[in-house]
Amino acid sequence: MAAINRDDVAHLARLAHIEMSPEELDRMAGELAVIVDSVKSVSEAAGADVPATSHPIPLSNVFREDVVGHTFAAEQALSGAPDSFEGRFKVPAILDEE
Amino acid sequence: MSELDNSGLIRLSAAQLAAKLAAREVTSVEVTQAYLDRIAEVDGQVNAFLHVNGEEALAVAAEVDAIRAAGGAEAEALHELAGVPIAVKDLIVTIGQPTTAGSKILEGWHSPYDATVIKKLRAAKMPILGKTNLDEFAMGSSTEHSAYGPTRNPWDLDRIPGGSGGGSAAAVAAFEAPLALGTDTGGSIRQPGAVTGTVGMKPTYGAVSRYGAIAMASSLDQIGPVSRTVLDSALLQEVIGGHDPFDSTSLTDSFDNLVAAAKTGNVEGVKIGIIKELHGEGYQAGVENRFNESLELLKEAGAEIVEVSCPNFKYALGAYYLIMPSEVSSNLAKFDGVRYGLRVLPKDGPMTIERVMAATRAAGFGDEVKRRIILGTYALSAGYYDAYYGSAQKVRTLIQRDFDAAFAQADVLISPTAPTTAFKLGEKLDDPLAMYLNDVATIPANMAGVPGLSLPGGLADEDGLPVGIQLLAPAREDARLYRVGAVLESLLEAKWGGPLLDRAPSLQAALDSSSTTAGGSN
Repeated sequence: MAAINRDDVAHLARLAHIEMSPEELDRMAGELAVIVDSVKSVSEAAGADVPATSHPIPLSNVFREDVVGHTFAAEQALSGAPDSFEGRFKVPAILDEE
Repeated sequence: MSELDNSGLIRLSAAQLAAKLAAREVTSVEVTQAYLDRIAEVDGQVNAFLHVNGEEALAVAAEVDAIRAAGGAEAEALHELAGVPIAVKDLIVTIGQPTTAGSKILEGWHSPYDATVIKKLRAAKMPILGKTNLDEFAMGSSTEHSAYGPTRNPWDLDRIPGGSGGGSAAAVAAFEAPLALGTDTGGSIRQPGAVTGTVGMKPTYGAVSRYGAIAMASSLDQIGPVSRTVLDSALLQEVIGGHDPFDSTSLTDSFDNLVAAAKTGNVEGVKIGIIKELHGEGYQAGVENRFNESLELLKEAGAEIVEVSCPNFKYALGAYYLIMPSEVSSNLAKFDGVRYGLRVLPKDGPMTIERVMAATRAAGFGDEVKRRIILGTYALSAGYYDAYYGSAQKVRTLIQRDFDAAFAQADVLISPTAPTTAFKLGEKLDDPLAMYLNDVATIPANMAGVPGLSLPGGLADEDGLPVGIQLLAPAREDARLYRVGAVLESLLEAKWGGPLLDRAPSLQAALDSSSTTAGGSN
C-alpha cells in the first residue's frame, strides 16, 4: 500500500475542510505515515471469504411509534448558532463570487 | 456516628450514602454540599471539573430532602439513589450547563436538550455536581488532549488520570463525587478506572442509550458508570440503562438483574478464561504480578481458571485505528461553524462558506482531533476504502469469532485493563502510537460490542500506582461482570484491609510535597 505523503495530507485536509499551515502539513504527514504503516497489517489479516461487520450487535428494521414528539422552536434550535437572521441560520456566501 | 463529618461523608460509597439518606441519618443537602466543598478544596490541583453545577445540585438535593421529610407515597416512590450526587463527562449534553466535549469549537455552547441518561438521572433525582474533563471529543488516553488543560491523577499529580474519561475517574478517585458517567469507545471508561484505582464499566453495546452523547465513533461508543465500588456501578447502570426509541442501536433486552448479580457473593464453578494474548510481553511487571494475584484469589474462591486464545486480537488495535477515525471524520463533519459553536472568519481572501468552515475547524479542533479526521478521510477515500476500512471491518468479524470461541470455554474472560500504570504527564504526548498502545487490552470489547468492567487490582510493586483488572462477558451478560467483579473486589479488600483508595495519598499532602519540590533545588 502506498505511503501517505505531504501532498496527500494537503488534499485530505481540503476534503475535510481543515485549513493547515505548511508546518502543520509537514508534521501531520510524518505522524500519519507512522500510523498508516502500523495499521497496514490489517489488510493482510482477513481473507476474501470473511464477511465485514459494520455494527457489533446487528439490529434491523428499527422503528419507533409514528407519533408527533417534541420539536424545537426556531429560537431554541438557533440558540447556539454563531449567527442567525429572522429565524434562520445565517451563513456566508455558498458560492464563490466568480 | 461521629466519623460522619464531611471527610467521612465523602468517602462513603453510593450504596452506603443511599442507605443513610433513606434512614434520614444525613440529608442530601449535607452530602451534596460536602462534595461541593471537596471540589472547591482540591479541584484546583486535580482539574477534574470543567463546570461545577452547585446551585442546581443543591436545589435537587433540597427537593429530595423535602420529599423524604414529608414522608408518604412520594417519599416511598423515591429512587434508591435519590439525593446521591453524580458527575457527568462533558461529552454528554445537559440543559442548564455548558457542554464543551473538551473542545474549543464548542466553548460556551449550551445544549437545548438533555441526553437520555441525563433525563434518567433527573427522574431519579440525583443531583448533578458538574461536567468532567476529557480528551477533546473523547479522543485520547490521558486527558492531555483537553482544550481546557489536563486532569491530574489523584495518586500522583504529575501523572495522567487516563483518558478520555480522566475527569470522571479522577473526580471519583479524589472523593469529589461518589459516582460519574463516562463514555467508552476504545477504553475511555475502563483505562482511567485502572490508573486511578476506581471501577469503570462499559456495558453491552446498546444497553445504555447514547442519545445526547456527542458521537465519536458510533459503532463503538457506549455510555457507562464510573464509581468506587462494583455494586455502585451496578446501581448506576440500572438507573441509566434500558431501551430508548431515540437511539436506534438501543437494545430491548432487560438489564434489571445487575444489582442482584453484584450481591451474589460467590464464584464457585464460574469458568474464568485468561486471554493468552492480553498479558505477558509488553505488560509492566507490577501489572502482571497483581493480575496473577487476582487469578489466585479467584481460584481459591472456587472459580475454575482456564486459558483461552484470541489470535486475531493482535489486529484489533490496527483495525480500531481505521474504523474509529473513519467514523470520527464523518461524525465531526457537523462542526462547521453554522449551526452551533465557534465561527472563525478567514484572515483574507473571499469569504465563502467553505473557507469559513476550514478556518473554523482549523482554529476549533486540536491536533489529535485533526489527526484522526485526516486519517479517517484517508481510510475512506476511493482506492483505499477496501484495503483499509473494508479490511478493518473483516477483522472485526474475526475478533467476534475469537470472542465466540473463548466464551464457549469460559463464562467470563480476564486480563489486565491497561499494559502499564499511569505515566507522567507529557511523556507520550509527542508519540501518538505509544499513546494508542494504552488501549490494546480494552479495544477488543468495543469492536465486538461485549461488556467490560475494570476494577482495582492493587498497586504495582515498582511504582506504587494502581493496576486495573478487566473482566469481559458475552454481549447482554453484563450481570456476570458484576457478580465476578464484586467477589474479586471483596477478596482483594479483605487482603488489603480496606478499599484501595484508602491507600491513596491525601491530596493536601501531595500538594505540600509538590510545592516543596517546586520551591527546592530540584
